[in-house]
This record gives sequence, C-alpha cells and structure tokens, in this order.
Amino acid sequence: MSRVFKQSVVLLLSILLPGVSYARIIHTERSLYSTILIDQRGSIVCMQFSVRREQRNQSCRDANDPQRMVFTYSKMMMAALLFQPNPQRILVIGLGGGTVPTALAQLFPDAKISVVEIDPAVVKAAEDYFDFRETENTRVIVSDGRVYTKRALARKERYDLIMLDAFNGDYIPEHLMTREYLEETKQLLNPGAVLVANTFSISELYHHESTTYTAVFGGFINLKSASSSNRVIITTPEGTPRVDNLSERAASLDALLRPYDVKLSGYIDEFYKKPDWNTVARILTDQFSPANLLQSK
Amino acid sequence: MSMHTVIYTLAFVGGFVIMSLELLGGRVLAPYFGSSIHVWGSIITIFMLSLSIGYLLGGRLSVKEPSLKKFAIVFLMAAVFLYPLVYYSEAVMMIIFEHVEDPRYGSLLASGMLFALPTILLGMISPYSVRLLVQTTEESGYMAGRLYFVSTLGSAIGTLATSFYLVLYFEVNTILGGLTVSLLAVGVLAIVTHRRGLPS
Repeated sequence: MSRVFKQSVVLLLSILLPGVSYARIIHTERSLYSTILIDQRGSIVCMQFSVRREQRNQSCRDANDPQRMVFTYSKMMMAALLFQPNPQRILVIGLGGGTVPTALAQLFPDAKISVVEIDPAVVKAAEDYFDFRETENTRVIVSDGRVYTKRALARKERYDLIMLDAFNGDYIPEHLMTREYLEETKQLLNPGAVLVANTFSISELYHHESTTYTAVFGGFINLKSASSSNRVIITTPEGTPRVDNLSERAASLDALLRPYDVKLSGYIDEFYKKPDWNTVARILTDQFSPANLLQSK
Repeated sequence: MSMHTVIYTLAFVGGFVIMSLELLGGRVLAPYFGSSIHVWGSIITIFMLSLSIGYLLGGRLSVKEPSLKKFAIVFLMAAVFLYPLVYYSEAVMMIIFEHVEDPRYGSLLASGMLFALPTILLGMISPYSVRLLVQTTEESGYMAGRLYFVSTLGSAIGTLATSFYLVLYFEVNTILGGLTVSLLAVGVLAIVTHRRGLPS
C-alpha cells in the first residue's frame, strides 16, 4: 500500500515538475530472465534488472550527453584499453544498455564487436531506450554466454579484448563464475589480449571469485569503486597486465576518452595492491559453484 | 523394524534421490547448454517421461510374485545406472554439443541420455511399494495415500537439502556418490529384511 502510494506521489510530482530529479519509471517488463525496469531522472535514463534498491541502476545514459559514461564500473572497464590500446576483435558477454559496446564501436570503428546477450527483451530495451544499434561491425547474438564461448572455441575464434558484464541484478549465472568457464574464455584470448570483468566486491563471493581468477590467470588487477559494490578485474592470458609507460598511456587515453568522462589516470595508483581477499577461499568450479548462496552471505 | 517401515524407508529414499538428481541435472547440463528455462524444461520433461514409464513398468513387475528381494534389485540397478554419470556425462554432452546446434534439443537429448535410465528405475518404486503394502482392497487407497505421502515428502526434503545445503558444501559428483550409496544401502536393507522374513 505504502509503496503504491509512494510511486503515485513520485509519478504525480514528475508530471507536475518536469525536469526535477524524480525518477520516473517509463517501462517495466518481466522478461524470461529478469525484471527490466527503465526509469528516467531528468535527462538520465537507466536500465535496472532488479527491484532491490542496493542493486539498482545497472546501465545509464544521459540523453543530453549520450557519450558520457554515468557509472563508475563502465569507466573502470575502459581501463582494459591501457593494456590493449587497439583491439580489433572484441567479445562482450552481457549487453545491458549497450553503453560500453557503443563506446568501443565509436573508438574503434573498424573493430569487429560481438555482443552476447541471453535475454532478447534486454536487446529490445537497449534499442528502444539507449539508442543501441547493431551495425555491420557490431553484432548481437542472443545466447547463453557459456554456450557461445564453447561454440566460439570450436570455431577457433580469437579475441583481442573480452569483456564479461553478465553479473547484473539479483541472480548470478553460476556457470559463468567457474574455473572451467574462465579457462574456456582464456583460450579465446589472443596473445597480448585482455580480459576485463565487472563483478562483485561485497559478500563471501568476493573471496571465492578472486581465488578462481588467480587460479586460472595467475594474477589480475583489482579495481574497486568506493561508491558501489562493483569491482573490475583486468587480466591477460600471461597473468597480471603490466606495461612500462603506464602513466603516459593513461594520459593519452584520457584525451581520447574525454567525451566519455573517463579518466584512467585516476585509477592507475590502485592497480598493484596486495590481495585483500582470503587467498585460500575454495575455488569455484563446475562441480562447486554456489555463487548465489555465497553472494547472500 | 517391520516390513512396512522398511518399505516406507525405501520409498522415502527413492523420492529423495529423484529430486536431488533432477536438481543436480541442471548443474551437470549448464556448462554445455546454459541454465536457461529451456534447459530446465528439458530436464523436467525427461524426468516426468521417465517416471511415467517407470510407474508403468513397476506396476507390471509387481503382478507376478512380488517380493522385497525383487524390490531391492530395482534400487541396486538404479544405483548402477546413476553413478556412471560421474564418468561419462562430459563425453556424452561433448558429442551432443558437437552435433546439435540448438541448445533446446541438445539439452533434451543430453537429459535423456544421462537421466532417463536411473529415473525410470526410480519411478518403479512407488507402484511396487503399493503392491507390497496392500493386503486387502479396502485398505488399498489408504496404503497408496500413505506411500505417496512418504515418497513425496522424501522428494520435498531431497529438493531442499540439495539446493539449500548440499551444493554449498559438496561437489556435484560427491553428491551423486552420496545418492548412489543411499540407494545401495536401502537395497541391502531390503535384502536383509527379505532374508529374515520379518512380519508385515
């Protein structure tokens, strides 16, 4: 009752006071995989996959400044470019609003980008509310990420950059968290390629996920955001990514990424910190992957 | 322990194993076919189909000289068909994955190949238990009701235990091993009871 009341008030206010920052829900949809909620707050449109407040705002776009990345985690994911400045074949698992693939398509117009999204309703919402478009070079494949990865391996596909962004909302796809899945993904990487994953920084899962990535890749850069529960993992088939001229690279990329409001030089001090997780946490495997239960702990 | 108690125990374990196996089926298939709704659709279809066949066969088997010993053999055979999953499921799924592009039919075929045989055997348990329990026509409905209560309660507890706790502590193969051992144990219990010729 009180929620209905609150929503009515918000709705009323947003009609009476256009432009004032009250979130107005402009589309909701119960799809096969989640509840998709699109809301608008001033010029900012967001896509959410959960009604739980702490999990909100998965993907946002500012209609007045569509290139600007609204969320820290999407900005942090761009830090992968420090180690692979010119990716020509890119695989993105999880579309969301398509913010990151759209930026990559603009930055690297000749790159072939494959985006794998399990939920056709998310693809439609990204097109309707986020201006996401498939192009000759950017294609969307509606498929389970794991199934696509196995098929891509069989076809001997290789990528310069792989982005895992399938962990939004209430339910974690547990078969995308395991050592076996990461090993399959690792095999899809060219030498010198980079894997970047948007994952979790809270709950028990943080420890298990960290040891699993360490087991497969040897090490990784761990980027955490103070303002959200996201953390971004950046790694390569050769282990923790390292370059000599990191600050120069960051400075030149910052110039390129200015329209997206991304400042990579602000992250590089965080790159090589000591593990702050339990390094003996049990590794997640296809045999043992209670990710959702661990996330709730 | 009376013969009735033994039969109820067996039916409970049978119900437990059916649902635990069904839930683990999702885990087994996910690496090759994902965990979309169609994968669950495949698993549930195969389990329902196998159980229906099992009911038919179990009823049929119960007509001629029913005994605890024959009943025990059903459990032992279910164990024999269940445990090898640990060894051959990867190979089976790999072959299906290579030949069937559509994950719906791939997962349906894989569920059939992996889970149909043990589930058919587990389906035979309920009708056979009813035959062993019922002495007179008047009590047949009462006995069948009690039996379904016990076996479905086993299924409920098997579902809960597996999804809430077992997957949090054990590997899938370890749980499959545990289910196999449970089937073997109650099979042996039935044989011992048969030998002793306990009163009903």
